[in-house]
Amino acid sequence: MNALFYIASVVAIAATIMVITRLNSIHALLYLIVSLLSVAVIFFLLGAPFVAALEVIVYAGAIMVLFVFVVMMLNLGPQTVEQESRWFNPKIWIGPAALSAILIAEFIYVLISHGRQNLDTRMINPKQVGFSLFSTYLLGVELASMLLLAGIIGAYHLGRRKEAVFHRYFRRPDALYERLHPKEENKIDENGLKAGDKPLSKTNVSGMKQKKSERGEL
Amino acid sequence: MSPLLQTIIITVVVLLVLMTIAANLIWVERRMLALWQDRLGPNRVGPLGLVQVVADMVKIFFKEDWIPKFADRPVFFIAPTIVIITVLMSFAVIPFAPGISVVNLNVGLLFFLAMSSLGVYSVVLGGWSSNNKYSLLGSLRAAAQMISYEVFMGLSLMGVVILAGSFNLNDIVEAQGRITWFFIPQILGFFVFFLAGIAETHRLPFDLPEAESELISGFHSEYSGMKFGMFFVGEYLGITLISSMIVTLFFGGWLGPSFLPPVVWFLLKMAVFILIFVLLRAALPRPRYDQLMSYGWKFLLPLSLLNLVVTGLVVLLLK
Repeated sequence: MNALFYIASVVAIAATIMVITRLNSIHALLYLIVSLLSVAVIFFLLGAPFVAALEVIVYAGAIMVLFVFVVMMLNLGPQTVEQESRWFNPKIWIGPAALSAILIAEFIYVLISHGRQNLDTRMINPKQVGFSLFSTYLLGVELASMLLLAGIIGAYHLGRRKEAVFHRYFRRPDALYERLHPKEENKIDENGLKAGDKPLSKTNVSGMKQKKSERGEL
Repeated sequence: MSPLLQTIIITVVVLLVLMTIAANLIWVERRMLALWQDRLGPNRVGPLGLVQVVADMVKIFFKEDWIPKFADRPVFFIAPTIVIITVLMSFAVIPFAPGISVVNLNVGLLFFLAMSSLGVYSVVLGGWSSNNKYSLLGSLRAAAQMISYEVFMGLSLMGVVILAGSFNLNDIVEAQGRITWFFIPQILGFFVFFLAGIAETHRLPFDLPEAESELISGFHSEYSGMKFGMFFVGEYLGITLISSMIVTLFFGGWLGPSFLPPVVWFLLKMAVFILIFVLLRAALPRPRYDQLMSYGWKFLLPLSLLNLVVTGLVVLLLK
């Protein structure tokens, strides 16, 4: 058991070092996934299979996929790798690395002076985790749920549709449009476009609408 | 027989059976599609065309394994292996019969979900490392689609967990022997899980990451030879996995009248669901991408939350 723990820890540390030193961001993210997986193995060995499974599902499986997704969308080319390699010179990293080394040495000294402790591998099953979450740590769960609620409201606000457009011929005038343009302007000409489409496309932030009006004018 | 030896034997047998099933599914799918579309399908090589799979495999192994110069070589290399590894790992927790499962894990269901969420990387990295616009578009679609449908997949299974009181798949099957097969009380959960399963394996009608009419087969358009073959086999393994999870969670796993052994019941039920997957491919057109996403978030998510709340309420009231 101890040997497995140390193997997983070494993998975690090595992978994390690779995360920092990679120049290509996707490669760095791949090493980060490996690091998270090895942390999940450590959790499993310490007797917390539920936490291990959640670590893989939430961190390695969901959050990191979104990271990879965003980096893919950014479309970083070889010039970013060059830029990274210019930034990654000893002048920049040697200071923080030396300071961290002092802290690590201190930490190791403390661990050694406290003497060795064996791993306490008591299995905690999912039911026990649930019980303690909804009794001892209830306040934490409530606070986390409020934080998530704020996130959901923010996402809802950002993703709200200004106007339901099924097709430009079936466009419905929305509230903003009505405010900007009086009623008599609100007619639809033979192209299926309303008279005041040009100012609308400039004032409205909805990119979808702008594209549609541009296409209509061609 | 020592437990270690027993585990090794079970692992090897499960692996062999799965690879055989996955390879023969290629033939099954082509013949069944042909049947439903009023054609003959591959019927030349051997009796009923059964040796067609061998011919296909020989051909695919002898094809040139070409890696484009502009591709990101290491990532291009590992992407197809991820799908095979994660799907085969998921089979470790599935109980095929009483006592016949590779590992009896007390978080078996979560392990399955974890592995299926890691499977996304295969498609995403395959498309990214190809360094090709269409592949990238395909993998972007895949990432968004699979992340979204994982949410409903997990939530739809929580009703089953509430009824069985455990994440252990063995316990879930045994609970179905005591109560009833879970597709009756969990019909909504079954419905959501089935649709999410199709989206996770990106099979038709939800195969938008590889929509060949728009994206030239999307994330794997740069792959050739056996690397392409691994994506292909991974897809069939995925179908087998989702079918066996449906059987385990909703249709009583190995349970059945005793005139047939439990393993046979399991395989028979699994075969029915595999055929349903094939029939769906033959019958349904592909939706638009935004339809797929809004259907998921606006219909399946509320449905699975409702299922969870109602199941919890009923279980509490009956206690």
